[in-house]
Amino acid sequence: MAEPSAEGELVFHPLDQFIVEPLFGDGPVRWFTLTNVTLWMALTVLAIILLLVVGTRGRAMIPSRAQSAAEMIYGFVYKMIEDISGKDGIRYFPYIMTLFLFILFANVLGLIPTSFATTSHIAVTGVLALAVFIGVTVLGFVKNGASFLGLFWVSSAPLVLRPALAIIELISYFVRPVSHSIRLGGNIMAGHAVMKVFAGFAAIAAISPISVLAITAIYGLEVLVAVIQAYVFAILTCVYLKDALHPAH
Amino acid sequence: MEEDSVIDAEGETVFATGGELHTLEGHPVEVADPGMPQLDFSTYPNQIFWLIITLLVIYFVLSRIALPRIGSVLAERAGTITKDLASAEELKAKAKEAEASYEKALADARAEAGRIAEETRAEIQAELDAQLAKADAEIAARTAESRKELEVIRAEADAAAAEVARETAREIVATFGAGADPGKVDAAVDARTKG
Amino acid sequence: MEGSIAEMGQFLGAGLAAIGSGLAAVGVGTVAGNYLSGALRNPSAAASQTAMLFIGMAFAEALGIFAFLVALLLMFV
Repeated sequence: MAEPSAEGELVFHPLDQFIVEPLFGDGPVRWFTLTNVTLWMALTVLAIILLLVVGTRGRAMIPSRAQSAAEMIYGFVYKMIEDISGKDGIRYFPYIMTLFLFILFANVLGLIPTSFATTSHIAVTGVLALAVFIGVTVLGFVKNGASFLGLFWVSSAPLVLRPALAIIELISYFVRPVSHSIRLGGNIMAGHAVMKVFAGFAAIAAISPISVLAITAIYGLEVLVAVIQAYVFAILTCVYLKDALHPAH
Repeated sequence: MEEDSVIDAEGETVFATGGELHTLEGHPVEVADPGMPQLDFSTYPNQIFWLIITLLVIYFVLSRIALPRIGSVLAERAGTITKDLASAEELKAKAKEAEASYEKALADARAEAGRIAEETRAEIQAELDAQLAKADAEIAARTAESRKELEVIRAEADAAAAEVARETAREIVATFGAGADPGKVDAAVDARTKG
Repeated sequence: MEGSIAEMGQFLGAGLAAIGSGLAAVGVGTVAGNYLSGALRNPSAAASQTAMLFIGMAFAEALGIFAFLVALLLMFV
């Protein structure tokens, strides 16, 4: 089937790493099938439990290494919410912490060679972004009622411009989940695909040293991207949360 | 052309594994294989199901166990630090107090020493004064005594000188032959020597 | 080498779309550069604005990712 296109486009198979396949056997992928998605999400949960539950088991006054890492993440996310969403955003700390930790650990675990990056799938990031979008919109209407629509009515602009601005604001509001999910999924997918392409070059003896060096450099960059994307996802969630809590500009 | 052939060979090796994978799965369902796995909608329910389970598990672990624990540890540490700071402050105040009382004791001791020295000095002064007074009195007594003796000696000397003058005058008067009353001569001599 | 014209158009389009990723790099560089020059002028205010830096970078980068996605779609779909 792929025969005619085999010569040109499928040389490197850079996207094969994203295929969802069953762990046992080779049946079709149903909704409850144990797949590599299940495996790597379970490992994500395990890693989070190891760091945040087992690591803080001692409740030590002078923290161990794992405990101080957990405390650092806690303080970091707490301060981020407080700075951006305000004091009343602290109530939603566990939700944002869940999102942040899941994305962070999934991204980092996805960087292990031969692993499966769950956050590179638009289905996963789309659900995350939609959850944030729907949650924030519902919260905005519950907290502020109809005055939540003031978010789209830029009262500081001249009156003539306001309807046009309202349309732009409305569109940008509904584009939020799209960009929110594609930013994360696209970044992770792009990084992994680029590494795979360079790995394909490594098979050619003449340029394999350059290729290996390039993979090393890109791997370093990807570690940075993995952390920054988790941070960006969380910080944008905080910004949206702020809009829901204080819709006035 | 050469590059083409290289890539071809390369492509063949990589494709071989790809093909193997393909036959291993051996399913005509995987028509979407040449496309992006991300857009293979048949896997979406699976991913979304497991994602929701994962998020729920993480949420419950965090909100039930991890976050309260870390929060309490952080709060406890902050409390301990403020308490330690307070007790350090207290200790500092106590140290200052101790220093003050030490200073006071030192000043007291110094004042006491000064007082004792003053007292001793006064005592010595008094004794000295007394001794001096006694010495002065003795000196004065001796001086008076000496003066008296001197007075006596001078009086004797005066008397002797007057006697000598009188006798000399009488002799002189007798020599000149003028019979004069010795009493008158004596009186005249006395008047002259007294003057 | 026996690909069709449609395939050629596909690849040309993918290559053109990939330019967008490079332009996003320009955007991210502008954000970071302006942040840095502002931070050097007023270092005391820099720390409070790092969140804004990352938000700006994320917005600039998202559009580049869109271009990359278009390239991928043209290549593989």
